[in-house]
Amino acid sequence: MKTQISTTGVSGKGRNRRRMFELYSLASIPLLLVFVFAYIPMFGIIIAFKNYKFNKGIFGSEWCGFDNFKFLFVSDDFPIAVRNTLMMNSIFIVVGILAALTVAVLLFNIKSRNATKVYQTILITPNFLSWVIVAYMVYALLQPSYGILNGILQSVGLAGVDWYSEPGYWPVILTITNIWKHVGMDSVVYYAALMGVDESLLEAAEIDGASRFRKVYHVMIPTIVPLIIMLTILKIGGIFNADFGLFYQIPRNLPVLYETTDVVSTFVFRAMREIGDMGMSSASGLLQSVVGFVLVIITNYASKKINEEGSLF
Amino acid sequence: MKKKQKYIPQIILNILFIVLSSLIILPFLLVVAVSLSNERDILEYGYKLIPMNIDFAAYKYVFDNPTTILNAYKVTAIFSIVSMVLSVLFMAMIAFVLSKRDLKGKSQMSFFLYFTMLFNGGLVPTYILITQYLHLGDNIWVYILPGLISPWYVFMMRTFFTGIPYEITEAAVIDGSSEYRIFLTIILPLSKPVLATVALFTFLAKWNDWNTSMLYINNSKLFSLQYMLQRILKNIELLQMDTSNLNLLKALSEIPSETVRMAMAVVVAGPVLVVFPFFQKYFVKGLTVGSVKG
Repeated sequence: MKTQISTTGVSGKGRNRRRMFELYSLASIPLLLVFVFAYIPMFGIIIAFKNYKFNKGIFGSEWCGFDNFKFLFVSDDFPIAVRNTLMMNSIFIVVGILAALTVAVLLFNIKSRNATKVYQTILITPNFLSWVIVAYMVYALLQPSYGILNGILQSVGLAGVDWYSEPGYWPVILTITNIWKHVGMDSVVYYAALMGVDESLLEAAEIDGASRFRKVYHVMIPTIVPLIIMLTILKIGGIFNADFGLFYQIPRNLPVLYETTDVVSTFVFRAMREIGDMGMSSASGLLQSVVGFVLVIITNYASKKINEEGSLF
Repeated sequence: MKKKQKYIPQIILNILFIVLSSLIILPFLLVVAVSLSNERDILEYGYKLIPMNIDFAAYKYVFDNPTTILNAYKVTAIFSIVSMVLSVLFMAMIAFVLSKRDLKGKSQMSFFLYFTMLFNGGLVPTYILITQYLHLGDNIWVYILPGLISPWYVFMMRTFFTGIPYEITEAAVIDGSSEYRIFLTIILPLSKPVLATVALFTFLAKWNDWNTSMLYINNSKLFSLQYMLQRILKNIELLQMDTSNLNLLKALSEIPSETVRMAMAVVVAGPVLVVFPFFQKYFVKGLTVGSVKG
């Protein structure tokens, strides 16, 4: 910046120093907040290697090496939580992207702008709700004695199902719930990308006699493939972080369902808040952070390789 | 003939989206329908999408006992608004600094923020810091302080600020205006779209917050709206399972619990659902802002 032109009588150098001071002072409060609430907890990861006692504090508690991690893998619960996290997030990634892409392409083919807007608004609405409210809705559908779903099953002569005590159904229920909440918002990104598809390509295809399906398959999808790949890779980077709200609220934290609904984030929470085992909780939390970190680095590197523009950072 | 052929796919597509939209709306309608039903009908016939008899008893019960819900509304509104204002202000401050081309230490500051997106200390260290060292447990500031700076939005704002032509601020620089003045009187007014987007996202996230209460709040006067709702879903249930206690059972029988529960959900979710569709374009903008490069 050209600060040499000075009309205030202060020399260019002095002025520059004043500018720097002003800018650093603007940066100070935000950076301090980040330091306190993001960096100090990073040093707290040493708790994972300690036998933490509230009355002794972090520094007073004794070291215990990798004991906390040993307990983690000896227990049955943690490996199950890891399995559920990876399995459910993989399903969410595949089904979620397919659903969002389909909705975006179909929406793009609707001619009436007003209709498109109405559909989009409706599809996005669930995104504004908290998981608590969504849990109420799922409950209204699945409640064993009064729920709508059992009502329908019974009206066609089938037996009702006690949904809240059968873990087998929950991968499907959670997938549907997750798609229901996110498909609208996710499709917005693809829809915007489709709006950017070169009109002349679509016209050329039309003149060549391409059917609607062929236009989608040969023109639209290929142009947004880089975006699809990028978003997929980003999601893979977060595969170890399950949505705590979804897995805690929708199955209502019922122990009967843990077999299929317990994920790493709910496990970490439960170990700390309900069991009160700080060692086990911090050890699993540390594993989650470290694996997440490595995955993000790898996937970001991969997306950079695939597409220079595609990488996020 | 040709025209007709073109219309048919449009009709099919529209029907498809009407079905899809109904699937999205149905759970909403179901909750509303149950809240308007007669408790006895529900106990006998279960939840129905169309109430057999319209009954406002549940709402009457909710509004006759308004203290808890009003208090939760107040607490949630306070911390949501304070969070939104402080968050946007502080994030704009750091984003403004990072948008300067010639500032020493800029890339270090960027990395300082960016790294927190890659790695975090996790739940236990954060919990211990907040409860044992900062003593923020059972304090309304616990809703506000920890999440004020989100690097993602900072980078989004910075991208926007960088796009403001230098010529606009140049005159102010020549006039000897301070950076504070430039930030407050030139940059902020020019950045309304991005500030509005970030403000809405922050507000919504806070409005829907339930886990902060669950982790850090024991005083029921400080519960957030969503957490209160979560407790109600569980609490009524707990009472119902406790068949040994006849007094409780008797007290419970006076509450139309099934319908009250859903009426509570309507009262909590309603305002947001009515207001937020009007701000939809900001949310869409926020998502499609595109390459938010660190």
